[in-house]
Amino acid sequence: MTAFWILAPVMVVCALGILVVRKAVHAALLLATVMISLAVLYAVLEAPFLFVVQIIVYTGAILMLFLFVVMLVGVDASDSLVETIRGQRSAAVVAGIALGALLLVGVAQLSLGTTVGLEEANAGGNIEGLADLLFSRYVLVFEVTAALLITAALGAMVLAHRERASAKPGQAELAAQRVRDFGTKGAHLGPLPAPGVYARHNAVDTPALLPDGTPAETSVSQTLAARGTIRHAPDLADDIEDVQRALGGPAGGAGTPADTSAGSGHNTENPSTGNATGAGGPGASGTTGTGTDEEAHR
Amino acid sequence: MTDVTPYVVLSAILFSIGAVGVLTRRNAIVVFMCVELMLNACNLAFVAFAKQHGNLDGQVAAFFVMVVAAAEVVVGLAIIMTIFRTRRSASVDDASLLKY
Repeated sequence: MTAFWILAPVMVVCALGILVVRKAVHAALLLATVMISLAVLYAVLEAPFLFVVQIIVYTGAILMLFLFVVMLVGVDASDSLVETIRGQRSAAVVAGIALGALLLVGVAQLSLGTTVGLEEANAGGNIEGLADLLFSRYVLVFEVTAALLITAALGAMVLAHRERASAKPGQAELAAQRVRDFGTKGAHLGPLPAPGVYARHNAVDTPALLPDGTPAETSVSQTLAARGTIRHAPDLADDIEDVQRALGGPAGGAGTPADTSAGSGHNTENPSTGNATGAGGPGASGTTGTGTDEEAHR
Repeated sequence: MTDVTPYVVLSAILFSIGAVGVLTRRNAIVVFMCVELMLNACNLAFVAFAKQHGNLDGQVAAFFVMVVAAAEVVVGLAIIMTIFRTRRSASVDDASLLKY
């Protein structure tokens, strides 16, 4: 029983965690903890076969499939805590507590009697005993299960398959479409702006700055925007004084905070100053220039 | 011989938590995880009762639950991916076309 009293609180806490965590990946990891703990409980309950199957099938296959889909789908903003139906969340919690109370009262009313234990049933080996049952009394269920698995595999293939309604557009068609969009809607003709390049950050999650100092939203991937992991570009320039102090004395002319706020526009007008001021000028890069060019087109 | 009642109680608690999760969470993938939690809670009860009654039928039932859960996850995740591909969202609130 020691294993049970150690694992049961862990499982309940992790299960409650699934209800409150915001990110789907965290929920998957908490669920993995619950499932591995369950596997240990199966081992305690004299079910060695289910112990292994729980780890291999549930934690190994099903949960990895979950993580795979979480990565594919991307962590979008659907984890919001805003209620669409008023009072739905509290009503659901009340209903859940009522269900739990009902089940617990039901269990409390049971008198289970003495536990028989599986020593006798497991005498010839747990796996042999299960196989005996599976291929004698439950053989029809076993066959139906096979049909179910084949149906599921086919269904997944059909659902995941995408039939192309029209031919895939080639390079010439795409280019013609771009020019047409430019003519009719005034869409930007060139490629999307690259992410921002700053003295200390040039990762893809740092947006480029437009001439007025606002970040260019098209310069970072939409997936990152949905995840909300985009760096705040003006923040990158805010601590420029601290950095200069740490480096010992002013490093360049364009490094004052007053200059930084308007720095990107200034530097794009004459890119050569970007090289001259060295590390001092944030946003002194051709990348930002792409963003401003796009704005100029509009 | 140990009593299996604590296992059944834990199973009931996990099942209720899973049910609340299905009702409250909005991300379809997390809703699915909560369904899995409920199935696992049922499995725990099956295995506990197998020990209580001293035969292996409960363990066979738990095994079949696992198989059905695997099939369900495969199809369900494929549906979620298809919905995400067309609507760019995995939220259960966004798939409300039948409502109108």
